[in-house]
Amino acid sequence: MSLTVENLSFSYGKHPVLHELTFTAEAGELLAILGPNGVGKTTLFKCVMGQERKYSGRIAADGADLAALTPRERAHRVAAIPQAHPLSFRYSAFDMVLMGTSHTLSPFNLPGEKERAAARDAMARVNIGHLAERPFDHLSGGEQQLVFIARALAQQAKILLMDEPTASLDYGNRLHVLGVVRDLSRAGYTVLLSTHDPQHALWYADRALALKAGRMLALGTPRKIVTADLLQQLYGRRIDLVETEQGPVLVPKEAD
Amino acid sequence: MHRERKARRTLLAMSLMLAALFLVSFSLGRYGVPPFTVVKILCTRFAELFAGKGALARTWTREMETVVINIRLPRILMACLVGCSLSAAGAAFQGVFHNPMASPDILGASSGAAFGAALAILLGASTRMITLSAFCFGLLTVGLVMLVARRAPGARLINLILAGIMLSSLFNAGTSYIKLVADPSNQLPQITYWLMGSLSGTRLSDIPLAFLPMAIGLAPLFLLRWQLNLLSLGESEARALGVNTGRVRLALLLSSTLVTAASVSFSGMIGWVGLVVPHLCRKVLGSDHRYLMPGSFLCGAAFLLLVDDVSRNLLTVEIPIGILTALVGAPFFLYLIMRKEEKL
Repeated sequence: MSLTVENLSFSYGKHPVLHELTFTAEAGELLAILGPNGVGKTTLFKCVMGQERKYSGRIAADGADLAALTPRERAHRVAAIPQAHPLSFRYSAFDMVLMGTSHTLSPFNLPGEKERAAARDAMARVNIGHLAERPFDHLSGGEQQLVFIARALAQQAKILLMDEPTASLDYGNRLHVLGVVRDLSRAGYTVLLSTHDPQHALWYADRALALKAGRMLALGTPRKIVTADLLQQLYGRRIDLVETEQGPVLVPKEAD
Repeated sequence: MHRERKARRTLLAMSLMLAALFLVSFSLGRYGVPPFTVVKILCTRFAELFAGKGALARTWTREMETVVINIRLPRILMACLVGCSLSAAGAAFQGVFHNPMASPDILGASSGAAFGAALAILLGASTRMITLSAFCFGLLTVGLVMLVARRAPGARLINLILAGIMLSSLFNAGTSYIKLVADPSNQLPQITYWLMGSLSGTRLSDIPLAFLPMAIGLAPLFLLRWQLNLLSLGESEARALGVNTGRVRLALLLSSTLVTAASVSFSGMIGWVGLVVPHLCRKVLGSDHRYLMPGSFLCGAAFLLLVDDVSRNLLTVEIPIGILTALVGAPFFLYLIMRKEEKL
């Protein structure tokens, strides 16, 4: 399922946040969104999620305008994977994943055997079946993140949104989660992932979108657009790209 | 799975406990009626609903029957209804506000109802009118709170809580003023007594009147219990999972308000039930509202029935139940939060 954003503009009151964004993420593609804090990455996700509705322009999934959909219809198409976060109440990892199936039920129904099977499959798919009966808040940040990914899979939406999914994870978990996400995109999911680390884009993304002050600065394969010049513009620092056999590696330069 | 089977077994045990307590409560009191006779009286009365009066022979005294049917039955039923309603509303509020410290009076239903009751007493209204006035003012207050929260900019949940606090204190001030101007020889004690909460005046004819709004409110609370799990994750996450958060939350808040207002208008102010019972159930059943909600129904009914039994049997003079729930509830709550371990 492709996600198309056309002429998307958004402002909080008089303060413009997004300006005329246009791009398409195709099925099977991992699109990384790069940009410094406050550049509108989160706002972009909120617009796609329907949490911010007063945008101008059009956001569509396979041609269907998302603004015209009910929350349930939207949940059929788009799943959000939040950052690992604390909960007010304790649920098991399995129940968290099971909640992903809710949009297939009427509000008055409880999940049944079919939904349970979907949740089990989703957990097996990211290899966390053994965590099912553990309390969610006892899990590590990386495991919680995988539970959220499993929940998105149980939701059976083909577009996955991840706003800084790995921000609170240690290095190993970060790479593991990103690897899982890339495998999902290979399997046909459309993944929109914002990240603070341009190196991640180089390693895992099929294409990258660079945002600055709500405008699109560049869009293309990471190898092509992630340049010392772009990084200087985005982050205001000199960062060199050192070519290695496994691709370019970013090396920060001390300001002199 | 294993955990679900266990939760279902716990719910069954809670039902049995409630049923036992229900029967035992008839035997408690200064006029003793043996438990077996209680069962016989109740069964006979129930059978007579279908077979007509006098169809079955009586082996007990007329006094026994009067005590069981006219005095204890209404009170026991009302204790169950009110306890069930308040704790269900408490569980729902805690889920909706994803805060385990929320209680049914958070949106001002009880303060509004108290004002309504005090006003009706001041105007010399009948008992039925006092109940009606309390009920209407309870609903009116929450309606106002929702209107204010809708109008105000910013996060809806915070607005609801702030508006609830504000209107509660406004109505509390009104109640205080009514107490000031009320006739101290008869109206003031009546208001004070009402505010302390009591089930002692319950008549059999009250039961259907209380049951109707409670049933209307409890049904959606029971049916929407899976949605409550989703809402408790927070607004944006629930929406992302496909919940129409605005509509589901409104349905839950209206249902909880309906049952709270109905409870308070028949029983007066009974605090703590809505806070303590869902907490207790969470310790035993876990946070999953699929089991927590029915558990709160059952334990709420059992808890208030037990407290009411104590309130009418402990001393020769009845202790208002609102005082007892606080007396039992507060230390019990302290115990609960001091215990570290939490069940899944």
